[in-house]
Amino acid sequence: MAQHTRTVPAGTPTDVTQNHVKGGIGESTLRPDGTLKVTGEFAYSSDMWHEDMLWGQTLRSTVAHAEIVSIDTSEALATSGVYAVLTYDDLPAAMKNYGLEIQDTPVLAHGKVRHHGEPVALVAADHPETARRAAAKIRIEYRELPVVTDEASALAPDAPLVHEGRDDHHSGHVPHPNIVHRQPIVRGNVAEARKRADVIVEGEYVFGMQDQAFLGPESGLAVPAEDGGVDLYVATQWLHSDLKQIAPVLGLPEDKVRMTLSGVGGAFGGREDISMQIHACLLALRTGKPVKIVYNRFESFFGHVHRHPAKLHYEHGATKDGKLTHLKARIVLDGGAYASASPAVVGNASSLGAGPYVVDDVEIEAVALYTNNPPCGAMRGFGAVQACFAYEAQMDKLAAKLGMDPVEFRRLNAMEQGTLMPTGQVVDSPAPVAELLRRVKARPLPPERQWETAGEGADVRALPGGLSNTTHGEGVVRGVGYAVGIKNVGFSEGFDDYSTARVVLQVINGEPVAMVHTAMAEVGQGGVTVHAQIARTELGVTQVTIHPADTQVGSAGSTSASRQTYMTGGAVKNTCEAVREKVLEIGRRKNGSYHPAWATAELLLEGGKVVTDGGEVLATLADVLEGEEPVDVELEFRHRPTVPFDLRTGQGDGHVQYTFAAHRAVVEVDTELGLVKVIELATAQDVGKALNPLSVVGQIQGGTTQGLGVAVMEEIIVDPKTAKVRNPSFTDYLIPTILDTPTIPVDVLELADDNAPYGLRGIGEAPTLSSTPAVLAAIRNATGLELNKTPVRPEALTGTL
Amino acid sequence: MRVNFTVNGRPQEADDVWEGESLLYVLRERLGLPGSKNACEQGECGSCTVRLDGVPVCSCLVAAGQVEGREVVTVEGLAEFAKERAEHGGCASGACGTPLDAAKKWEAKPGQDSQTGEGVELSPIQQAFIDAGAVQCGFCTPGLLIAADELLERNASPSDQDIREALSGNLCRCTGYEKILDAVRLAAARQGEAV
Repeated sequence: MAQHTRTVPAGTPTDVTQNHVKGGIGESTLRPDGTLKVTGEFAYSSDMWHEDMLWGQTLRSTVAHAEIVSIDTSEALATSGVYAVLTYDDLPAAMKNYGLEIQDTPVLAHGKVRHHGEPVALVAADHPETARRAAAKIRIEYRELPVVTDEASALAPDAPLVHEGRDDHHSGHVPHPNIVHRQPIVRGNVAEARKRADVIVEGEYVFGMQDQAFLGPESGLAVPAEDGGVDLYVATQWLHSDLKQIAPVLGLPEDKVRMTLSGVGGAFGGREDISMQIHACLLALRTGKPVKIVYNRFESFFGHVHRHPAKLHYEHGATKDGKLTHLKARIVLDGGAYASASPAVVGNASSLGAGPYVVDDVEIEAVALYTNNPPCGAMRGFGAVQACFAYEAQMDKLAAKLGMDPVEFRRLNAMEQGTLMPTGQVVDSPAPVAELLRRVKARPLPPERQWETAGEGADVRALPGGLSNTTHGEGVVRGVGYAVGIKNVGFSEGFDDYSTARVVLQVINGEPVAMVHTAMAEVGQGGVTVHAQIARTELGVTQVTIHPADTQVGSAGSTSASRQTYMTGGAVKNTCEAVREKVLEIGRRKNGSYHPAWATAELLLEGGKVVTDGGEVLATLADVLEGEEPVDVELEFRHRPTVPFDLRTGQGDGHVQYTFAAHRAVVEVDTELGLVKVIELATAQDVGKALNPLSVVGQIQGGTTQGLGVAVMEEIIVDPKTAKVRNPSFTDYLIPTILDTPTIPVDVLELADDNAPYGLRGIGEAPTLSSTPAVLAAIRNATGLELNKTPVRPEALTGTL
Repeated sequence: MRVNFTVNGRPQEADDVWEGESLLYVLRERLGLPGSKNACEQGECGSCTVRLDGVPVCSCLVAAGQVEGREVVTVEGLAEFAKERAEHGGCASGACGTPLDAAKKWEAKPGQDSQTGEGVELSPIQQAFIDAGAVQCGFCTPGLLIAADELLERNASPSDQDIREALSGNLCRCTGYEKILDAVRLAAARQGEAV
């Protein structure tokens, strides 16, 4: 590690030690950082502070698509308290772009802006308000260009190209340069299968642009180091992915950009891409002073990618006894101005586009567009969410047309272990789709007129409109809806997806202590809790220290794709097993001659001791490790390999693991005002193995609520004429409050996946899929309306639009 | 300008405060109390909720100059505040609504964050949030704790709808609120047992 002469900034994360006699896997161990988080002492990236630090401010474009004619920074530079103003011309290295898969995103705009809110210039000043005012004094002259905002305008014969001269690895196979990536999935013979259909239903579905709306704003602190490098404290989902994008544009080798994960206030996909990381480093290296950047909420809406809005056209057929014959689907995702994760979202939307159903004859096509809308990328559910909204609406339409119960129809077509995906991949672990539906349906319904209180009339807080006191039950009708979904776990399509864990076992004050060091981004999901549980289970210790996540250890991969418990949990388990072997080697060397069991028996570490599988104690860990160097092992862990989908047919074993959840939504709708209240949102999910049941339920309830939000309130509204964002604030972009969120009973199944550590299944995303279509189905059930768009706003229910 | 006020029972003085600075900014950036959070800075999310002369407010919407001579309780002082309230009885003693003079003993304890804080004395609502699994990313937690503590101060056994109403100004994006409800119910139940 490099030597630093600067003082350590306030808020630098430190080791956290948890001492529990119990607390192995399967227990609801409490968070090791819980106390810090309830006392206000847990430092988030926006809490970082350094003496003599400056504040950075980004100036963003006020138009969506324009040439930059001129930039005049002189007045800003002359402002008292301003230390630096940077534009594209100040970038220090040959590399001036970044990006997750395609490096198409300029660090600062170069001659052109492609979306509303694109970074154009940076300011560092001694007070955040000084920085803001100075940024406002930068004069930029734009020459506006026509905007591309949807498929028609993107693919029109004279369409302006969002990116000219593309040479990325998708550019060769896409039918138009304004298409980032296209993935067809073709299996069987749809034309033939169509002839067997007794009923055919078609639908056009529109999914709105959702924001991750994590509460902790993009923020961090960059501290220039004596060696010409920089120490960066940030909130992110993947330190090493950031590092790979940051170092080249700073013109520094990766070992001179030392990153530490600061406290992360939620992520949900929105921190997979770079936000302020490079900007803060550039300002710190230019001024020689620590620079902190904290976005406000307005800027946060421009500072990260969103969930792809989508238009989906689906056609399904079924026989009169309720069996699916075929599926034809076209999914158009709006990727916005830069690629971000669009190619992988296309892969997911297409490969999971048929849902958790048996259907042999399939033609699916998914594309992501380049437009001048805000860039879209990762958000919880990642392409599978949009598809689930459409195929679940189709299932209800088919059931209605056949006169069948919607759950019964789904169960007739539900996939199970052994089913082939439309990609040809065998689902080779439990797929309890029918059972999940059975469980949510079997649950008793909430009582009718649940808003009535004993003797006191209506409690308006339980009614649509709530405290606005808009109804006491008049005009209120109830509906019930069901949905189920399928999500993949881990990075797919041949990606070398691995995670690294370092584990150190040593004796401190006579007690064995395990230290777990990974680069895993703890974003709230509770990975740190689970790591301590795994170390206890595998090493038989009570005390576990979680080292801060940083780039001094190998990559942990991303905290996304429901993968971290599987991957970094798997890495911690794997490394602990290697540590255990080393401990036993030491034990055999020291004590082997005293007891034959050292050589012959299966040995375990339990309760701080080496024991045989028969329970005989051979030695204490303290005795074995006495006088020894700490046992220190760092290893990589990989899931089984995947392959890319064939570019013409989509065939291939592209995914690692599948995960399933089902929902039943009960809603009440004030049909006069078009107000919806979700009364209950029951969930059932197979989690393989619940390493921490309390955290598992918390993830499922949180994911369910984000699905509820997009069903009835959440949407970033982009003006189709100007491609400008109209509601970048929590006043205008609504997320569910505690009054909007119903009771969420959770039924957890644990059917082991034998390929995964402890049999676990990634859980974070599946509940976000089926929640939205279940709520939509319930509103349709209550009102009889077709409702093919999210979110359902009052005007869609009252026919006033 | 200079602003004199009391934070967690301790007199504080902030110098060179700009007219436009909020109470939240002064707490976080001038007094080294970043526990109150900055999620929206326009009064929609409740992450910055503090007690101002006993009333829960969004500190982002309070101009720093408005707190001159007044008393503020933040999450950093919540445990001590709740302890003083418990030791000096319920509302009849005047413990409700305004911070107590006795709370002036409170001091921030920098440098204590190297451990999990186990053994640290917490208020009942803080402990209940940990025990019920109501904390995930934790960014909303400080504001919710202040709001929930104030609810339980004036309503010892709230109904679920009372809890929802009282906390409807505090956004949480991680939990789906179920475990936050559990935490408030748990704190109320423990409070009931203790009486």
